[in-house]
Amino acid sequence: MPMKNPRVSSKDTNKRPSFPMQVLVRKEIAAHIRSWRFIILILLIVLTFGASLYVSSIGLKDAVSNMRDPDQSFLYLKLLTTTDNSIPPFHVFLNFLAPLLGIALGFDAVNAEYNNGTLTRLLAQPIYRDNLLFAKFLAPLAVVGTLFVALVMLMIGGGLLGTGVRIEPQELLRIFGFTLISVLYVAFWLSLSILLSIRFRQPATSALTAIGIWLFFTVFFPILVNLAIRPFLPNPNYISEQEYIGYNELILNLLRLSPSQLYTDATTTLLMPSVRSLGPISMEQMVGAIPAPLSFRESFLMVWPQVSGLCAAMMICFAWSYYIFMRREIRS
Amino acid sequence: MTGLTKSYGKVTAVDQLDLHIYPGEIFGLLGPNGAGKTTSILMMLGLTEPTSGTAYVCGHNATRNPIAVKRKVGYLPDNVGFYPDMTALENLSFIARLNGLSESYAQASAKDMLHVVGLEREMHKKTSAFSRGMKQRLGLAEVLIKAPEVAILDEPTLGIDPKGVDEFLELIKQLSREHNLTVLLSSHHLHQVQRVCDRVGIFVGGKLLVEGSLEILAHNLQQQKGISTVITLDHAQGDTKRFAEALKALPGLRDLKVDGFTIELKTDSDTTAMAVRLLVNNGADIVSVSRNDYQLDDIYNTYFENCITTDNAYEKSKGFFKRYQ
Repeated sequence: MPMKNPRVSSKDTNKRPSFPMQVLVRKEIAAHIRSWRFIILILLIVLTFGASLYVSSIGLKDAVSNMRDPDQSFLYLKLLTTTDNSIPPFHVFLNFLAPLLGIALGFDAVNAEYNNGTLTRLLAQPIYRDNLLFAKFLAPLAVVGTLFVALVMLMIGGGLLGTGVRIEPQELLRIFGFTLISVLYVAFWLSLSILLSIRFRQPATSALTAIGIWLFFTVFFPILVNLAIRPFLPNPNYISEQEYIGYNELILNLLRLSPSQLYTDATTTLLMPSVRSLGPISMEQMVGAIPAPLSFRESFLMVWPQVSGLCAAMMICFAWSYYIFMRREIRS
Repeated sequence: MTGLTKSYGKVTAVDQLDLHIYPGEIFGLLGPNGAGKTTSILMMLGLTEPTSGTAYVCGHNATRNPIAVKRKVGYLPDNVGFYPDMTALENLSFIARLNGLSESYAQASAKDMLHVVGLEREMHKKTSAFSRGMKQRLGLAEVLIKAPEVAILDEPTLGIDPKGVDEFLELIKQLSREHNLTVLLSSHHLHQVQRVCDRVGIFVGGKLLVEGSLEILAHNLQQQKGISTVITLDHAQGDTKRFAEALKALPGLRDLKVDGFTIELKTDSDTTAMAVRLLVNNGADIVSVSRNDYQLDDIYNTYFENCITTDNAYEKSKGFFKRYQ
């Protein structure tokens, strides 16, 4: 066996030190990009993006020339939201796909390392435990963020080339706001699935649980809220308008406990400048209102509660996983 | 390490462990499965919090300041795993970079290390294709790449074929001697430990029963059990009973058995030569003399006999099922 001095090569460990966090994130990103799972997800997202963009570009002419629509001048927003009802627009698609993306990138974050026997090895290196957790969280987000920004830029670029219409600064802000909220939404599902990956030792269990939670919120939660409210709801014909609006508000607020509802609210408001309220509006409020688009600032203020709700949900999940991971026994 | 204790619920995995390991030595931690070896090691690395007591490694408190400890200690876990879709070189240079080496340096030293452990031909193979022995070697390379002061190897020879074990232990010994590396080796294979370790500690049921060099342990056991000598006489001796009287004069004689042409003696100290002289003076024709030297086997068995491992094993199996919840 050839013997060399193992110490010679590692003498200057402190010359140009690389930060462990950076190394971890880089490794995670590399692992994600190389994995089949991620390639399939990218294909899925790109396909839906392409399909919804294609449908909207066909109906674009009608949408833009529709004089009754106050949003008609926002060509690029129309590109994202117009549909002929054969397939939903991209932001509705993303409402379903973003959880899948978050879950797929995070469900085996910690327990796969655990089962491979790499976790002990990794933690025996001079790094802090939370560095690992942050890397597991930040790396997929960086990848997803890059993906979304690239898609949106492609769309804008394609639109510019195809139509030659100048993009309004407001449109750009709205589109990037939409991207940001989408990344935030993915971040919530990612932190939830990381939490489950710490909690459960088997990747399959954590993936199933995450998908279960996702299905619950997208399919069963609205049904459940309806079922729960209906017995208490008096006949709309016998109550005053005020009460009716009150009940409506209650149902909406209950629905907003679901992150997907928050996401829908936020993206719809940002992408459709004429949306001026997320709840019911009474006739008195509507009187005298000119159907004109809101400014970006106003739209953004309107979705601020939604955005902070998503943020809070994400942080709760992350803090919880942080808590249980720091106290976890590391032995395989 | 002083008064290190770790309890899981009611079960005490490690009970009041006091152990001092000197720089530059190879220390063997011997014990059956479930004796608490791995738990002690994890406490030394600060990966598990001790219930009470403290471990100092290279002058750093392992619980309070684990990063400083981990910088100086290389650890090879008992079931070492690598990222399956990365090559050996990538795995190794990733760890090197985590230890603060720059990119190009990490690459270079990872290559060096793979030469040291003899994996240079498998450098660009993915680790998913690696055999158990190759993984252990890669694990050793990973321990060495951080240029540690202390190397902790948990069951390093588990699952390697005998030839591989020989090479592996030789490599460890050589590296320890060349670089004045302190090695803590845990195992339940006494023969392997016997071959490389300067000192051993026998660890049963969470308690360190004895520690010391093998010679001292053997000597202690001899003190305890006495030395037995078996002398065989020539068949043309006639009555052998007459020698018994003569042998009774031996100092510290505990037991004397004369059975046909063989005489078995048990004495406090080594009196084989004296016994032979006595017999020859009495006109005996001796064919063979054998003195029983205590080997690690005997040491091991003696200590393991009087320990209770049953409730420990029970606890382990409970943990096993818990994992699949």
